[in-house]
Amino acid sequence: MASIRFAGVRVAYPGAARPAVDGVTLAIPSACLAVLLGPSGCGKTTLLRTINRLQPIDGGRIEIDGRDTAGLDPIALRRRIGYVIQAVGLFPHLTVAQNVAVVPNLLGWDSQRVSERVDTLLAQVSLDPQSFRDRYPSQLSGGQQQRVGIARALAAEPSILLMDEPFGSVDAIVRASLQKETLALQRRTGATILFVTHDVEEALSLADMLVVMRDGHFEQTGTPAEILTHPATPFVAELVDADDALRRLSVITLGELTASAARGTPLPEEPGTIPALDAGVSLRAALAVMLETGAPRVRVMHDGREAAVLDLDTLRNAVRR
Amino acid sequence: MRWRVRRTPTANGGLLQQALSYALLHRAELLAQTRTHVELAFGALALAIVLAYPLGVWISGRRRISAAALGTASALRVVPSLGILALLLPVLGVGTPPSLVALVILALPPILVNVDAGYRGVEPAALDAAAAMGMTRWQLFLYVQTPLALPVFLTGVRGAVVEVVASATLAAFIGGGGLGETIITGMQVDNQAQLLVGGLLVALLALSAELLIVLIERSIPWRRMRHS
Repeated sequence: MASIRFAGVRVAYPGAARPAVDGVTLAIPSACLAVLLGPSGCGKTTLLRTINRLQPIDGGRIEIDGRDTAGLDPIALRRRIGYVIQAVGLFPHLTVAQNVAVVPNLLGWDSQRVSERVDTLLAQVSLDPQSFRDRYPSQLSGGQQQRVGIARALAAEPSILLMDEPFGSVDAIVRASLQKETLALQRRTGATILFVTHDVEEALSLADMLVVMRDGHFEQTGTPAEILTHPATPFVAELVDADDALRRLSVITLGELTASAARGTPLPEEPGTIPALDAGVSLRAALAVMLETGAPRVRVMHDGREAAVLDLDTLRNAVRR
Repeated sequence: MRWRVRRTPTANGGLLQQALSYALLHRAELLAQTRTHVELAFGALALAIVLAYPLGVWISGRRRISAAALGTASALRVVPSLGILALLLPVLGVGTPPSLVALVILALPPILVNVDAGYRGVEPAALDAAAAMGMTRWQLFLYVQTPLALPVFLTGVRGAVVEVVASATLAAFIGGGGLGETIITGMQVDNQAQLLVGGLLVALLALSAELLIVLIERSIPWRRMRHS
């Protein structure tokens, strides 16, 4: 459990025309998956690297759980913050198990505990410990390498995980499954994740909190739904393609919509003929079900019980701005 | 019948036989010379590693100094070994010290170049990850940079070892001893068998030394592994 707070953080590279990070302020609550989204050169990677002090700051302060990181030992700080990068950076001279065990070994865990931890982690990232432990990184595919990279970052049970375009170099199918596993890992571990990407789809599907960056400052901060439905600037609207109605539908769940709307009227038809969908399903998926089945409405199920009924008109209203 | 080749007793078989009997007759002397030869070559190699390794590590992190140092090193490579000996003669006189110095000068460039290349070639992402995991500079050097630079360093050692073992022959010109003595006196008295023995022993030493390094290289599991 760890919250992160930026207060007026500034980073200026010598000789650069403008600061790479220009006095940003933001509070990220504990167990939140925050995504920094922006074009190349907007300062998102620089900002990410200020948290584990790989990047020194020229102004402002960064707090973790209310403590200024400037007063902490950077080595100790880094050992409790996981770090995953696009290039993975596995150590080619170490086996998969040795790679995952680096931080626990630096922390002086006993070998029994390290070994058990490695097996647990490999299983968590969907790699069979028996067949992967003793392989070298060069014997793995790109997707497998990144799974090891994630396991390595999680090895010492960090309360903060920094991910810098971690899935940028794997194909779309692997990327989708890694995104899903990242979400699952986050729910399970309760880690606070800061995720940098320039992929809008990825940002929208992962973020609890979405931060749109441009030229070193924050353009807008909010949930994906807030940003898609109420983009603060033309830049944000264009970046996230807010005019795309289907995209807006994809970031709102049935539960979110029906919580604000009135409870549906009891249905005259047989309940069996109306599709039932979980409250966590997106409006876009619900629309797809309606189009496929021809049903004019769906039942929204919450914990297995019908919570509301949603029809096409409600959907249409949700997407209208 | 007229096509039959006449065999004289001094044909090839004869030379080998003479060489063999020379080797047997002078085996104590040859053994001592081989020992001196090996001591000279490996002493020079060890000295060169002690000097070139830290220097290579140091310059690998400094682009401008590195360029200058590597330039100097490749210039050194061009100077013929005999020329180095001639230059050292007035300064260090004759015997073992000038021979060692000359051989060290010979062994330095390939080792320096490869140590520099080895440390410089470590994948930046691995260094970034290591720093982010909370490795100290020393841990980074010891657990990441050095093992990854090791195969490249050994390639440099392999180059140096062949050069040094072969060139240690020249030490005999300035009284440094070694198998060069057998070769030089062989030349002086025009004894081909003696020349052959000296030359073969030097070649055998150079090849075994190279083989030894190759075996060490092969024993490194990550030797040929490139990052993706």
